[in-house]
Amino acid sequence: MLVLDKKTFEEEVLNQDGFTLVDYFSDGCEPCKALMPDVEDLAEAYGDQVKFCKLNTTGARRLAISQRVMGLPAILLYKDGEKVDECTKDDATKAEIEAMINKHI
Amino acid sequence: MSQQYDVVIIGAGPAGLSAGLYAARSRMSVLILEKEKKGGQIVTTDEVANYPGSVPEATGPSLIARMVEQCHEFGASIEMKTVVDLDFESKIKKLVLNDGSTVEAKSVIIATGAQPRKLGVDGEKELTGKGISYCATCDADFFTDLDVYCIGGGDTAVEEAIYLTKFASKVTIVHRRDELRAAKSIQEKAFKNEKIEFIWDAVVEEVNGDGIVEQMVLRNKKTDEKQVIDAPEDVGTFGIFVFVGYIPNTNLFKDHIELSKRGYIDTCPEMKTEIPGVFAAGDVREKTLRQVVTATADGAIAATQAEHYISNTEF
Repeated sequence: MLVLDKKTFEEEVLNQDGFTLVDYFSDGCEPCKALMPDVEDLAEAYGDQVKFCKLNTTGARRLAISQRVMGLPAILLYKDGEKVDECTKDDATKAEIEAMINKHI
Repeated sequence: MSQQYDVVIIGAGPAGLSAGLYAARSRMSVLILEKEKKGGQIVTTDEVANYPGSVPEATGPSLIARMVEQCHEFGASIEMKTVVDLDFESKIKKLVLNDGSTVEAKSVIIATGAQPRKLGVDGEKELTGKGISYCATCDADFFTDLDVYCIGGGDTAVEEAIYLTKFASKVTIVHRRDELRAAKSIQEKAFKNEKIEFIWDAVVEEVNGDGIVEQMVLRNKKTDEKQVIDAPEDVGTFGIFVFVGYIPNTNLFKDHIELSKRGYIDTCPEMKTEIPGVFAAGDVREKTLRQVVTATADGAIAATQAEHYISNTEF
């Protein structure tokens, strides 16, 4: 998975054609750490159709809020740089994320 | 052919891990099933100050990591799977998992815990993760220099309010009564904290906002008066952290075991449920004190009783 930061986010996500998935996590978010391996599995399975990225919101708080992310874990799916769907908090499970991907691609 | 274990434990929080450790240590074959994340609710806590013997600066995750390590050392398996159905009718219990497989067990320990109760108001679902949160350690960072409202008056609400003052510009505790329920020592800290304010006798009626929390409506329980809290114009949002108690994770068992009025599982002091060979441990039980220390104690007792049950039963 591509590691984003506030400098690369615009180029890699907002200016990107096709599907991009961003896993928003932070240093303090334990549920995010537990979920990450599942997202990595999905990256293996869907990597040829969706670009998988992750963003540590610690130090990128304003960027996360600009994307309407104020709670973690949050997995957002973008198409051509526009957010099309998301799985947040309780909905951020492997099954729900996979269903979200399949709904759009 | 489904695999059979001496003991299958549902839930890998402190109660389940303690049961796993004790059961595996007494040479039983042990499988612990966890649907979401190892550790349960305690992993969202960054300070565990009241677990006797825990090292200074123990965090929820560090404590759980050690418990998981101990389980592995003694040979218990932990699998990240969800139990979707169960059969407690026959002597050998059967659990159907979300991957379609079935596991069998001579004994089952239910350690599914509880989860934070929701407010149950309009706007809550849509704005969860958009200003409404149930996990301070997960989300506090987003509210740096913003106003935050903590809903609730128990230990968790007040402790998390204190934690949130490290980030927020101001934290207001909104409580439905005119005094806190939290332990006196915690209350004192809150009253001394200059960043904490209180709104008494108030409940949340609704939360509004377009993709992000912009407004919260409170109602005073004594006067019925409404109070509308709007986000300051310059920042456009504020935080709402909800700590209004817990609900037990017993949905799976409600058709198999009679639950208490509040939805918890009744056990005797040996952690036995009404079904021979089925035990319950931790927050899922009807009891008075829900702490890591009581959860681990429950787990130890349940595992020991499971061993007694197995050795005294013909399968």
